[in-house]
This record gives sequence, structure tokens and C-alpha cells, in this order.
Amino acid sequence: MAVKKLGKQTVKFSNPPSIESSATIVGPKEGNGPLKDFFDIILTDDTYGEKSWEKAESKMFQDAVDLALKKANFNINQIDYMLGGDLLNQIISANFAARQLNVPHFGLYGACSTMTEGLTLGAMLIDGGFADNIITATSSHFSTAERQYRYPLEQGIQRPFTSQWTVTGAGATILTSYGNGPYITHATTGKVIDLGMKDANNMGAAMAPAAADTIINHFKDTGFTIEEYDLIMTGDMARVGKDILLELLYKEGFDIESKYKDCGIEIFDESQDVHSGGSGAACSAVVFNGWLLTQILNGVYNKVLFMATGALLSPTSSQQGESIPGIAHAVTISRQK
Amino acid sequence: MDYLKAFIVGGLICAVAQILIDKTKLTPARILVLYVTLGSILGGLGIYKSLIELGGAGATIPLLGFGNTLAQGVIKAVNKDGFIGIFTGGLSAGAGGIGAAIFFGYLFSIIFNPKTKK
Amino acid sequence: MEKDIKKQQTYKEIAQKHEPKPSLSKNIFWAFIIGGLICDVGQLFLNFFLSKNIEIQDASTLTTIIMVFLGAFLTGIGIYDDIGRIAGAGTIVPVTGFANSIVAPAMEFKREGLVFGVAAKMFIIAGPVIVYGVSSSIIIGIIYFLLK
Repeated sequence: MAVKKLGKQTVKFSNPPSIESSATIVGPKEGNGPLKDFFDIILTDDTYGEKSWEKAESKMFQDAVDLALKKANFNINQIDYMLGGDLLNQIISANFAARQLNVPHFGLYGACSTMTEGLTLGAMLIDGGFADNIITATSSHFSTAERQYRYPLEQGIQRPFTSQWTVTGAGATILTSYGNGPYITHATTGKVIDLGMKDANNMGAAMAPAAADTIINHFKDTGFTIEEYDLIMTGDMARVGKDILLELLYKEGFDIESKYKDCGIEIFDESQDVHSGGSGAACSAVVFNGWLLTQILNGVYNKVLFMATGALLSPTSSQQGESIPGIAHAVTISRQK
Repeated sequence: MDYLKAFIVGGLICAVAQILIDKTKLTPARILVLYVTLGSILGGLGIYKSLIELGGAGATIPLLGFGNTLAQGVIKAVNKDGFIGIFTGGLSAGAGGIGAAIFFGYLFSIIFNPKTKK
Repeated sequence: MEKDIKKQQTYKEIAQKHEPKPSLSKNIFWAFIIGGLICDVGQLFLNFFLSKNIEIQDASTLTTIIMVFLGAFLTGIGIYDDIGRIAGAGTIVPVTGFANSIVAPAMEFKREGLVFGVAAKMFIIAGPVIVYGVSSSIIIGIIYFLLK
């Protein structure tokens, strides 16, 4: 009796949850970028006064949650569930932050797609009558990601032009069952897609097939047209992934170029030497919670398709010669119900 | 004059590695393994010493030279000690570099902290 | 299955088409220049030791030790990776790069303690060099011994 299901991968919410508040905290590099005026807290030092980068990341996660609560005038006790994840092994940033918060907690792993995975599941919990207030958050940190997936920081290596820069930051969103919008009206859940890309330095190429698949199925399931959307924004395809994605969509008859933006491209500018662009779970989280929601609230965009994308590799899988599977979760955000 | 030769020989060895990095999917770690093994083989065949005569430090400083050092060490040790030399020769010839790397690695990791990339 | 392989192949072509190509000539240039310069520094020390009438074998070992020290030090103060960004293979191939590949993880994993962090992780990148270098020398030793 899945009455709210549309097609194979999409749900339409009968009582669309409302976005009550959002909060962002970013590192110094992001705070020097083109979106710096849209972030709540900019750190001057990415160790955030902690003894390790992992501790710093967890602290950022926690502070983003605390700030979102403060902005909504909520106490943590009013939150029914927290949904959170990050890029680290065993999602320690989210879980160790949850340790402080005393709230029923679901840990999520969607790599860089965690933000929209959290928004989707949070919206389902609310629309399903299981919760009134949800908070979802995610974080990432350049240094924690480098030491886990790639190289020690002082290693003298050259980054290829396809590589992306993991964003240091955390973003949190509070959803409620009441409220005046913006609303999450639909959510399309991605399938894991792997077309054999093995290069861990080219995340864009690894994720593009999943991104294309989710977008195409979103339009098929909902019957929406591209024109109905003011903006279609992806999490961290970055420059290389964007070109591939647009070509894949065009081949299937979808031309979204005029409506398209990507968080990984927007968050840094060319002078910051990030090659293809930003990435990391925080990339989509801080751009969404900082910049995009502001644009929607100010009426710049009325209806947006927001889709974070993730590359589901592990350090072990890469070393074993495995290719990189991708996933992409999309939500429709609208000022009207 | 020997500085010019060292510069050219050393530079060329690095340039070849750069081509391998950019044109193939070989990671830096694999290229280092390739170089040290190659240096060892060329040393064992007696070829590498001509490159050293030509380029001096330009041939000994790159990791190819380290491989050659290991091979020379083995040959000398086998000549001197026979069978045991097979196992002792290489590592002892390289002991200076490896010992220094271990010690200074440990020392500097205590003194210094890694800095965030800009 | 076959359809999958074809699909992957088609996609691979699309992905490669959009891959930005590195500026090969610029990279080779800098690898050449900086690699050459590092070798010259080594030559400087070698000449110095030889002038002190130190025997060639020991002079060579001393030079290696000094170059390892320099690579380790520059890594410690955080400069080596900045040079490496431009120099590429020019900083990876010389023995200073070997030192960098040991000191960098040693510094990085200090947070995990002096035993399991620093001491264990020190060799995650340089270890293969030592393993393959020593093993190939042993194989050469075996062949040489048998041929004698």
C-alpha cells in the first residue's frame, strides 16, 4: 500500500515537511571562497583548537547542529531523531558528536550524498507520521579525508587535474511537520551505479552515471518538465563530472545546461587551485544550507531539484583494483506545498 | 663541469619518471619501486657504473642509484663472504640511507606537526 | 554481461574525452630542473667529502645520509610538498623523496601514537621500495653466487 510512491524511485510527500532552520560552519579556505558571506561560522584554523583533525571535524558537526537548533529556537529535547553521517571510517564524526547530544540517532553513510540522503529519510520520517522535528547533518574535513583515502599531508605529490578538494565544513538542517516552507515535496532515491571507473582521482567520472540515472528517473517518475524547475543543482560533480553528466543527459534527451549549477564548482574559485572543484559530504551540505536556502527564501528560486552525489569506494577497495560505484539522491524543494 | 653533467643526468632520470606519471596510471609509489628494482638489475649487470662515471651524483642521488648501491653491496659481499653475502650484502650497503631515514623520520615526526594544505 | 562491458567501454570513452590533460611539457620541464638541482646539491656534498680524502664508498654513503637529512628536514618544516607540487617527479625520484615518503606519514600519524602511529605507519609508502630493492638485490646475489 505504498500510496506515496511514484514510479520506481520517487516518493511524493502528502504533507511536505518544512525546512525550519539551517546552519553552516566552514574552514578557512572555504571562508575565502566566493560563497563566504553565506556561511554562519568561518574557522581561522582547521584544527579548531583540537588535538586531531578528526576531533575538529566532530566538533564542527556538533556546532553545526547546535547552531541550527539555536536558530530555530529549539532545544535538543524537541528533536525526535537526528540523522547524520560523514566520510570517515565508522562515521566517527557524526557518531561521536551524537554522543554529546542525547537524541535518538541514525548514522548514515552515503559518502558525499549524505546530505540529501538525510533530507530524504528525515522527510519520510515526518511525512510518515513518525516524527515532528528532525535534524540532519553531515561533515567532512580536507585533512581527515586525505589521510584516510589518499596521502599524508606533507607528501610531495602532484594532484591531477581531475582531482577534487575535500571541503572542510559541516552543515545541518532542521525539518518540521508544521512550518511555512520551503518544503521538501518529493524525493528520488538513487540506485548504486558502477560503470567501471577505477581512478580514485577522478570522482566526477565515477559519480556521473549515478547522477544521470537519478535525474532521468526523477523526471520519469514525477512527470515534471525541466522548465518547471528554476534550478537543478548537484553536490560535487565539479568541472570534469559536470561535462560528463551534461553529455550523458543530453544523449537521453534531457538538456539541463541552462538550469544547472554544482556545489563543487560554486564553493571555490579558480584562483584557489582546487583543480576540478570541491567535494566531500560537507560540500553539498554547506552550499545547500548556506547559499541555496538563502536564495530560495529570498525568492530567487521557487522550485529546485537538489541532488548530492557520492562515490562509494573505500581505501581497501581501491587497492584491490575495484572500480568505484556511485550514488545520487535528489530532493525537490519548493516554496509552495 | 661535473655539476653540469650531474644536473643533466639527474634531470633526465626525473623527467622520464614525470612522463610515466603523466602518461600512465602508475602512481609515484609504483614508479619508485620500478626505479629501485631497475637500478638494482642494472647494477647487477654491471651497466649502471657507466652512468655513474658519466653523471656522478646525477646517477647516484636518484632512487635508481640506491638500487645500484644495493646490488653492488650484494656482489661485494658474495665475493667476500660467499653464500651469507647474498642476504647481508644489499641491506648493509643501503644501511646508511635506511638508518638515516628511520632515525630522522622518527625525530622530525616528534618535533614537527603536519600543516594543512592551502 | 556483454552489454554491460560494451556500456562500460562507451562510458570510458566519454569520461576520457572530458579528462583535462596535464601540461606535460611544463611538468617535464620542472621535473628536469628541480631534479637536476637536487642532484647538484648531492654532487656538492660528494665533492666535499672526496676532497677530505674519504674513500669513495663512504663518501657516497655520507652523501646519501646528508640528502636524507635534508629531505626529512624540508618535509618537517612543511616545504617539501610545496616544492613537489611544481616539481612532480623532480622531488619524488631523488633520495630526498624517499626521505619525504617516510617523514610525511610519520608526522601525519603521530596522532595515533608513537608506536602504532609514527613507528608503524612510517613505511606505508617507502616500505615497498625497501622490500623490492632488497629482494631484487638478493635475487641478484643468488644468481651471482650460482654463476661464480
